[in-house]
Amino acid sequence: MTGYILRRVLQAIPVFFGTTFLIYFMVFALPGDPILALFGDKTPNPAVLEQLRAQYNLDKPFIVQYLLYIGGIFRGDFGVSFSGQPVSEILARTFPVTLRLALIALVIEMVVGIAVGLVSGLRKGKLFDSSALVVSLIFISLPIFVIAFVFQYVFAIQLGWARPTVGSGAPWSDLILPGIVLATISFAQIQRLTRSSVIESSGLDFVRTAASKGLSRRRIVPVHILRNSLIPVVTFLAVDFGTLMVGATVTEGIFNVPGVGNTLYQAIIRGEGPTVVSFVTVMVLIYLVVNLVVDLFYAVLDPRIRYVK
Amino acid sequence: MTDTNTTTASAAESGAERPILEIKDLQVGFQTQNGMVTAVDGVNLTLYRGQSLAIVGESGSGKSTTAHAIINLLPGTGRITRGQILLDGKDLTKVSKREMESIRGRQVGFVPQDPMSNLNPVWSVGFQVEEAIRANGVAKGKQAVRERAIQVLKQAGLQDAERRLKQYPHQFSGGMRQRVLIGIGLSADPQLLIADEPTSALDVTVQRVILDHLETLTRDLGTTLVFITHDLGLAAERAEQLVVMYKGRIVESGPSVEILQNPQHPYTKRLVAAAPSLASRRIEASASLDQAETDLTGDVAGDSLDLVATLEARHDTDSVAAAKESAIIVEDLTKVYKIRGSGDFTAVDKVSFQIPRGTTMALVGESGSGKSTVAKMLLKLEEPTSGEITIDGKRLNGLSSKDAFALRSRMQPVFQDPYGSLNPLMNIGNLIAEPMKVHKFGDRDSRRARVHELLDQVSLPTSLVTRYPNELSGGQRQRIAIARALALKPDIVVLDEAVSALDVLVQAQILRLLADLQAELDLTYLFITHDLAVVRVIADNVAVMQKGRIVETATTDEVFGNPTQQYTRDLLAAIPGANIPLGL
Amino acid sequence: MSSNTRSNAAHYVAPIEETPLVAVDSVKASGRVSNLWTDAWADLRKRPMFWISSVLIVLITFVALFPGLFTSEPPSSGCYLENSNGGPEAGHPLGFTKQGCDVFSRIVHGAATSLSVGIIVTILILVLGITFGALAGFYGGWVDSVLSRVGDIFFSIPYILAAVVVMSVLSQYRNVFVIALAIGLFAWPSTSRVLRAEILRVKNSDYVMSATAIGVSRFKILLRHVLPNSIAPVIVVTTIGLAGAIVAEATLSFLGVGLPNTIMSWGNDISAAQRDLRNNPMTLIYPSIALSLTVLSFIMLGEVLRDALDPKARATR
Repeated sequence: MTGYILRRVLQAIPVFFGTTFLIYFMVFALPGDPILALFGDKTPNPAVLEQLRAQYNLDKPFIVQYLLYIGGIFRGDFGVSFSGQPVSEILARTFPVTLRLALIALVIEMVVGIAVGLVSGLRKGKLFDSSALVVSLIFISLPIFVIAFVFQYVFAIQLGWARPTVGSGAPWSDLILPGIVLATISFAQIQRLTRSSVIESSGLDFVRTAASKGLSRRRIVPVHILRNSLIPVVTFLAVDFGTLMVGATVTEGIFNVPGVGNTLYQAIIRGEGPTVVSFVTVMVLIYLVVNLVVDLFYAVLDPRIRYVK
Repeated sequence: MTDTNTTTASAAESGAERPILEIKDLQVGFQTQNGMVTAVDGVNLTLYRGQSLAIVGESGSGKSTTAHAIINLLPGTGRITRGQILLDGKDLTKVSKREMESIRGRQVGFVPQDPMSNLNPVWSVGFQVEEAIRANGVAKGKQAVRERAIQVLKQAGLQDAERRLKQYPHQFSGGMRQRVLIGIGLSADPQLLIADEPTSALDVTVQRVILDHLETLTRDLGTTLVFITHDLGLAAERAEQLVVMYKGRIVESGPSVEILQNPQHPYTKRLVAAAPSLASRRIEASASLDQAETDLTGDVAGDSLDLVATLEARHDTDSVAAAKESAIIVEDLTKVYKIRGSGDFTAVDKVSFQIPRGTTMALVGESGSGKSTVAKMLLKLEEPTSGEITIDGKRLNGLSSKDAFALRSRMQPVFQDPYGSLNPLMNIGNLIAEPMKVHKFGDRDSRRARVHELLDQVSLPTSLVTRYPNELSGGQRQRIAIARALALKPDIVVLDEAVSALDVLVQAQILRLLADLQAELDLTYLFITHDLAVVRVIADNVAVMQKGRIVETATTDEVFGNPTQQYTRDLLAAIPGANIPLGL
Repeated sequence: MSSNTRSNAAHYVAPIEETPLVAVDSVKASGRVSNLWTDAWADLRKRPMFWISSVLIVLITFVALFPGLFTSEPPSSGCYLENSNGGPEAGHPLGFTKQGCDVFSRIVHGAATSLSVGIIVTILILVLGITFGALAGFYGGWVDSVLSRVGDIFFSIPYILAAVVVMSVLSQYRNVFVIALAIGLFAWPSTSRVLRAEILRVKNSDYVMSATAIGVSRFKILLRHVLPNSIAPVIVVTTIGLAGAIVAEATLSFLGVGLPNTIMSWGNDISAAQRDLRNNPMTLIYPSIALSLTVLSFIMLGEVLRDALDPKARATR
C-alpha cells in the first residue's frame, strides 16, 4: 500500500514539471515579445505590462525564467491578472463557488448515471436500455455550450423555473441549473460505462458462485455486480475531470457564475493572455492533484492494488 | 401435486427409500439467433443419500449444463425445456425464484471449476464465507458467524483460518482458493454437493490432496456428491456411479468399475481407449498379459484413438532405431530472473539432459517448475544466464545472427494454446507458408505445393488454405501449428504442452499423429507437459523437473516401473485411476 | 455403502441408433470465410445504427465538398442588414441572422470547416498515437518509460485548455491548420494509451512467440503480427476522437480563440447568435443541430464499431 502510494506520488513529480514546463514553453519560448503577443491587438496598461515583465523575468535566460516561475507557484504566487490583481486572491474568492458547482454536477451525474447505467445493464436490450442509449447519445453529441443555451432558454427564460444568470454570492439554489448542465457532459459516459461493466460483471464466474451460495438477487446486485463495476467508473471520473473543468469554464461563463471557470472564460473572451495562462496552469495543477487523489482512492476500491508489495 | 404423488407411490412400490436426487427426461435448450438449440436431452439419473456420482464427458457434452440445471444457474439464455429434477421428491423445475434461493447453499452446495475466477477479487475471503453462512441462516450474530466461518475453512483444510479471513483472494494460491470454495459449498451442510471439475485448473499433486480431502469430508458429513469431470479415470476413482454423456445425451451409466471394465457403448469404449490416466494401467496390463487385451475400439474408430495402439506403433519403429548421437545436449542450463524489490529468482537451475536423434524426451513438471523456460531458451526466445546448449553439434552461445537464423529452421515449436498460437488475421495457407517465406524457401508455386503436402500430412483437407484459424476447432488448429512447424523440414520439434488444452479424444488423435510423423520423418521431440500420464504413451525418456531442477532422468519404463525420487512417486500417484481394477 | 433397500443403478447403455457416433474432430469449414474483419462487417451490415451514421457521414462529406450544390448563396457575402433577424422565405429556408446573413448558407459552408478540422486532428492523433503507443508497448523497458511519461505530460493538460493557450499565443495565425494542430498535439495520448495496452496483450500471445521462433525480425513482427491485431480498438477511439475534435473546434471558436469570423464555422455562428438568444433563438438552434448531428453520426459509428470489433464488447452486448 505505502509502496503504491510512494510510487504514484513519485510518478506525479515529472508530470508536474513536464506540464508546467510545456505550458511555459508554449508561451514564452516563441520569438518576439511574448507579453505583447499575448495581448494581441489590445494595448495594456503600461504599469501592468511592466509588472508582467518583472513577474516572468523576461530579461533572464529561458530556463531561469521557468525556474523562478516554478518557485512562485510553490509560494502560491500565480502572477497578476490583466487588471493587476494577484491571481491567488482571485482564486481565494472564486474557488469555493466552483467547488460548489462541481459538487452539484458530480453528485447528479454519478447518481443518475450509475443508476440508469445499472438498470440498463441489468435489463440489456429491453425498452429501458434502448431509451437510455438514445438519450445518452443525444447528450454525448450536444456540445456543452449548446446544452447550456438550450437549458437557459427553456428552463430559465421560457419556463422561469430558475434564474438565467447566477446572483451575487452564488447561492446553492441558483447553482442547480448550471450544475445540471455541467452534469450532462459526463452523465452519458458514466451511464454507458456503468452499463457495460455491469453486463461484464454479471457474466463473471464469481457472480454465479454467489448465487450458488444461496444469496438473493437483491444482495448480489449491489455487493457483487455494482461494487465491482464502480472501479472503471472511478477511473473514468479522474480522466474525465479535464472535461469537467472545460465544461465548468463554459457553463460558468454562460450562467455568469462567479467562479474560477468564469474568470478564465472572461479572460479568454477578452483576449487577456497572461490571465489565461495563469488560470490554465492552475487548472492543470488541480487536474494533477485530483488524478493523484483518485488513484490513491482506487487502491481503496481495488484490494489487488492495495496489497501489491 | 400429481408429480409428488407418483414419486412417493413408485418409491413405496419398490419398498425403497426415496432418492435424494432424481432427474427425469431432462431437456435443456439455449436460445440463439437460429432458434432453440438443445444442449441436454433426455437425461435420467437417480442418486441415493450418501452416494457419489460422476458425470463424465468432453467439452460440449452437456455435463456442466446438467449440473447447472439442477440449481437453475444456467448461463445466458439457457432454460429447462422439459423434464423434472426431483430433490428429495420436490420438483426443482417448478419452484419459485425465492424458494430456489433458499435451496441453493442450504440444500444443494456448489463447488465451481476455476478457483481463480470464482471468488470476488474486491471482497476479503472472510466476507465471502460469512456472507454464505448468513444467507443460509447457519449462524446469527457477528461473533457466531465468524466462528462458523473459521470452522468451515479449517474443515476445508485451511490451517490458519483466523488470520486468513481478512485476506483477499489474490493473496491465496489456486489450491487454497479451491479449499475456500469447497468450504463455502459445504458451509451450510447441504445434503447434496455439486462439484463442477473442482480441480481441473490445479497442479496434479494439489489436485490429489484436495480431492482426497473432499472425499473424506463428504463421507464424514454424509453429503451426497455429484462430480463433473472430463477425466474418466478420475471419475471412476472418485465416484461409485458413472454417467457418460456425449452430445447432450447419456450414452452409458452404471457402477463405475463395471463401466470401466466392460464399456458397452462405442463412445465409452473410445473414451477408455483415449484416456491417458487409464492408458498407463492398460499398458502394464497388456505387457503382463501379452497382448490379451479386449478390443476397445476396433469396431468403430479404428485404433487411431487408442493410446496403447499408439504406443505399440511407436515401439515397432523404435526398436530399429537405437544408440544414435544426440540431437540436443543441454549442460548446466541456468536462468535467473531479476525481480524488482525481492532479489533474484532462479527459474531454471543447472539443468542438463541429452536427447538422442529421432527420440522423444518428455520434460515433466508442475506449474512454476521451469520446464517452459527451458523450452524458450532452447528456441532462443530467452537468453540463458549460464550453461550450454548444443544443437546438432552447434553451440548456441556466441552463434552469429546468421547461423542463429539458419538454426531456427532446424528446430520448430508447437505451443499449448491452440487459440493463441496462430495469428487470427492470417489465413491457413499463409500461416503454413510463413516460415518458408521468411527463410526464402522455394518459390511461390513450390511453397504452395508444400503447403498442400503438409496439410495432407496432418490429415486436413487442402481446401482450408483460404480459411482462418477461428473457423477451426482446437485440435484442428493444433494440426495447423504442427504443419507450420514442419514446413521447413526441421529435425527437432519442441512441443510445449501441445496437447494439454485438448479434449481426450482429440488429444489421442494428435498424439497418434505426432507418433506417426516422428516415424516418417525421423523427428526428435522435446515434449513438455504437466501430465505424466501422457508421457507414457509418447516418450522414450523422461526428465522430471521440480522448482527449476531436474530431480530424475530415466527411460520412460524405468520412471513408471521404478521411480527413485519421492517427487516422481508423488506425480505417479497423482495420476487418477491407478487403483482401479481394470479387469483386463 | 449402498443398502439393500435401494434399487441400485443398473448398467444402462443407450441404444446406438439414438446416440450415433460422429467422427472425432471433423472439419466443418464451409460457407463464408470468417476472420475478425469479415465477422465485423457481417455484424455491422445488420445494424441500422451503422447505416444511419454512415449515410449521415457521407451526406455531410458531400455537403462539405460541394457546398454549391446545396445553396446558391456565396459563403461570406450576402449579409444585408435589412434582412436582420428575418424569418424563412423562398431561397432562404432557415431565415436570417441579426447581421442579415442567410442561416442555411452559413450552415452549409460551415460543414467543410468542421470536417477538415476533424480529419486533420484525426490524422495527427493516428500518427502520434500509433507511433508512441506502438513503440512504448512493443519495445517496453526504458523506451516505454520515456514515451509513456511524455504521453502522461501531454495527457495531463486537457486538450481544450491546451488549445486555448496555444491559440491565445498564436492569435495572429488563426486558421484551420493551426487550430487542428493545437487540438491534435494534446489529444493523441488517449489513443496511444489504448494502443499500448492492446499491444501489451497481443505481444505476449503464442503467435508472436511462434513468429520469433521462425526467425521473423522484431520490427516485422510488430508490423505484420502485432499491429494488425491491436488496431481495432484504435479505430474505435479515433472515430469517437474525430467527433471530439469537431466539438473542440466549435468550443474554441465559441470562446473566441478559435477561427476568425471570416471563416465559416458553426462555433462562430453559435457564438454570434448567443447575444440574441431571447429574440431569435432559432439562429442558435440551427447551427447547433448541424453540429450535433455531425458529432452524433461519428459517435454512433464509433459505438457500432466498438460493438463489432471489440470481442469483449461483443460479449456484453
